[in-house]
Amino acid sequence: MKKVIVVGNGMVGYKFCEKFVAKAGSEAFKITVFGEEPRPAYDRVHLSEFFESQDAKALEMAPRSWYEEHNIELITEVRISDIHRDKKTITSVDDEEYDYDYLVLATGSSPFVPPIKGVEKEGVFVYRTIEDLEGMLAYAAKLKATNPNAKAAVLGGGLLGLEAGKAVMDMGLEPHIVEFAPKLMPRQLDSRSSQVLQLKLESIGLNIHLSKATNQILGDEGYITGMEFGEDDKLDVEMLIISAGIRPRDELGKTCDLEMGVRGGIVVNNKMQTSDPDVFAIGEVALYNQMIYGLVAPGYDMAEVAASQIIGDADVLMPAEIDMSTKLKLIGVDVASFGEPFMPASKGHSVIFENKTQHLYKRINVSLDGKSLLGGILVGDASDYNMLHQVFLNGMAIPEDPAQLILPATEGGAFGSALDLPDEAQICSCENVSKGQICGAIKDGSCEDLASVVSATKASTSCGGCKPMVTDLVNETLKSLGKTVKNVICEHFEYSRQELYGIVKVKKLTNFNEVLDACGTGHGCETCKPVVSSIFASLYNITPNKEDVTQDTNDKFLANIQRNGTYSVVPRIAGGEITPEGLIVLGQIGSKYNLYTKITGGARIDFFGAQLNDLPAIWKELIDAGFESGHAYGKSLRTVKSCVGSTWCRYGLDESVSFAIALENRYKGLRSPHKIKGGVSGCIRECAEARGKDFGVIAVEGGWNLYVGGNGGATPRHAELLAEKIDNETVIKYIDRYLMYYIQTAAPLMRTAAWLDKLEGGIEQLKKIVIEDSLNIVEELEKDMQFLVDAYECEWKQAIENEDMKKRFSHFVNSDDRDDNLVFVPLRDQKMPKHWEKEAKEVTL
Amino acid sequence: MEEVLSKYKTVKDNEVTVWFKAASVDAFPNDGGACVKYKDLQIAVFNFSRLNAWYACQNLSPEKQEMVLSRGMLGDQKGIPKIACPLHKKTFSLLTGENLNGDLDPIAIYPVKIEDNFVYIGFSE
Repeated sequence: MKKVIVVGNGMVGYKFCEKFVAKAGSEAFKITVFGEEPRPAYDRVHLSEFFESQDAKALEMAPRSWYEEHNIELITEVRISDIHRDKKTITSVDDEEYDYDYLVLATGSSPFVPPIKGVEKEGVFVYRTIEDLEGMLAYAAKLKATNPNAKAAVLGGGLLGLEAGKAVMDMGLEPHIVEFAPKLMPRQLDSRSSQVLQLKLESIGLNIHLSKATNQILGDEGYITGMEFGEDDKLDVEMLIISAGIRPRDELGKTCDLEMGVRGGIVVNNKMQTSDPDVFAIGEVALYNQMIYGLVAPGYDMAEVAASQIIGDADVLMPAEIDMSTKLKLIGVDVASFGEPFMPASKGHSVIFENKTQHLYKRINVSLDGKSLLGGILVGDASDYNMLHQVFLNGMAIPEDPAQLILPATEGGAFGSALDLPDEAQICSCENVSKGQICGAIKDGSCEDLASVVSATKASTSCGGCKPMVTDLVNETLKSLGKTVKNVICEHFEYSRQELYGIVKVKKLTNFNEVLDACGTGHGCETCKPVVSSIFASLYNITPNKEDVTQDTNDKFLANIQRNGTYSVVPRIAGGEITPEGLIVLGQIGSKYNLYTKITGGARIDFFGAQLNDLPAIWKELIDAGFESGHAYGKSLRTVKSCVGSTWCRYGLDESVSFAIALENRYKGLRSPHKIKGGVSGCIRECAEARGKDFGVIAVEGGWNLYVGGNGGATPRHAELLAEKIDNETVIKYIDRYLMYYIQTAAPLMRTAAWLDKLEGGIEQLKKIVIEDSLNIVEELEKDMQFLVDAYECEWKQAIENEDMKKRFSHFVNSDDRDDNLVFVPLRDQKMPKHWEKEAKEVTL
Repeated sequence: MEEVLSKYKTVKDNEVTVWFKAASVDAFPNDGGACVKYKDLQIAVFNFSRLNAWYACQNLSPEKQEMVLSRGMLGDQKGIPKIACPLHKKTFSLLTGENLNGDLDPIAIYPVKIEDNFVYIGFSE
């Protein structure tokens, strides 16, 4: 068996392993990987996300177990110090010797620290590893403890420097960017786009200092207190992050006499071979075409070339020209450049669109004959990037007036569908997937939907930027094959949810097997069963107690399943109003059953860690104390959040709490395609955040304003105004109609926000339907809703009062024993489930 | 936790040495499942009445090592009977134990027989 040793376990080093083991013939090789950092390779591109999540595992390229599963030996926290090319071995710093047949150097780069006086002071950091970030976080926390207004600077206004600037903001320090050049991102942007970016960044709180050469880091006590640029030009900062470029980690190449670049880097040919044909170099340590490529995509290409060459596929070579196009989101701002971003006037013409008021800049460079696209820059809105990049890469013809490419979109855009691209068009540059591969996977029948295409080709699995294009291609290809891209529920029902709703209603079907026999095939699945159950609930108010085997697990056990298979319990606290006596009872119950207790985002109380067997007893006590189900487990009304309103608030215009309670009690138990949340605010200060809810009511002079279709969550959306200055009865009438119309027409698991976005005509159309009754259905909608309101029953009360229904709340069918697999660990005077095996170790207590 | 997983091994019909009498047929809901305790094992047993068939598998979800499969939903994928884990809807064939929508390790499958209205699970010891 041949031995391959990979030195360096960064993104490119990992990608080499991934590509290698995926190749036929890789079984004949044994791979050993050395990493200097304590953890397996992680995604450095998204390093700044670590500040939000503090979850190193989330950044991992693959867990340790992946290496084991693929028979790769991963040795971390070991640095390789020498290569002996004559006897084909390497040695580690602790003098262990390992022999190789092929050696792959993927040692990456280290941050360049300019030789500035005082750079060794405490509080000066570089930005490269998770350890660097942890050091910064600890230092920032210490600073903020003594000075909440502490400032931190980033030296370097390039791509990474701006990422670091975001990190500083996330740490809660006042951010300053110090750049030597007269513009930001000097390598990617021209002066005008750089100014637009600067305006935008300043508007969100970044302080930017250009054309500043740092002479000295100040601080008498051994730690940094400021930076000095000129005699009277100083900036007081308590922390500094240096992001002044990278230097290849090429010391191994030097010590074993490989051919080196004049300014560093190990020279490689288009096979990624160094001057020793058995030693390869890839990623930021490799000097190819006299260039170091500091981007992920070329690094991944190099990994592919090296892996192919070693395995014996000699035809895979690195292209002579490397595409340096990039698109990224910097601190929430789109920035992209492709091809030749700066172009001398002798080579072509530029078309520039600039709008400083909106922080928008778009530039494209067009050949002198006006026929081809040579490159461009986008700041503020990079939604055209994918298309422009493809047009550039494939040398496609452009419109007679190239301005059409970047001017605000006309119908269908200047280009038709993504299908117009040639087959070789590279759609996913991270994973190097072409349009032909994506469409081919559908055409040859090996894949039939987006999910299977993604898993077969890996397209969009890295940075995700090409996801919309991949989706379009899959849908368009399916359509071109005559396959309807109809939103059917699953393989068992060839209908949309709305159609099925109609069928169930007309045929008066009342159990799952009846529906399956009437209009489906097969035996159902985890997708269609909950949909049908939800339709029953919306039509007849059938609770999950009736046919529990067709319910999602949360509905089945009327509780939310948590990480370790225990459940959480949430009683309804309408409008967030609760008596002290009620709170005491809740406290007693939580304490009696040893439940982890927390206030939810919906202003109520959640008990966690309840075992299945205990649920009926817990609910018996809650119901005896006057509580009822909070439906936190259902795709149904959750809460109607309220501010305190005019009953106490000196600004309140109306009784928001009273109205919230009335609304919550009206719609409690109402099942719908997805969960529904409401909010009522007593004045436009909007303390209840009602405009982030599916329906929101805000008191104004002369009545209530009613907003609909709001959402928090992953895709926040402000609710839109449906009606102004209406009274309580009218609010209820409109919400009745709106919710019922949503329930009858939305797709499964579609919130009102997405539904309203998809509704043709949007809010104006909804106004016509709900207020003007353009479809002549409001009477029916109100009647349907009133039926559901009247039929409400607390399903927990139902369950505990019926021995048959209660039976399912037992872990074993043949024993009263509990699940002995549960392990809890202490957490801040309460408890939590033991972490999943492969997960991060300790939580901070 | 690995050792918990290693306790579950598929038993083929011809390997059964012990038929464990688990519970009466009516203890298992139609088209649903329940968990049976046998020694230190947890076995999920399903009464797929629509198919007029019974299936048994480990109760342990191989994804996150929780004892939950018996609480999942039954269904079929192109005719193959399957169970969906309630935690993240990973689905497993009840015929082979294979993970149908991912590349998790297969789950262990056990033979089931019905005699005199009682459900028996087959083990090999």
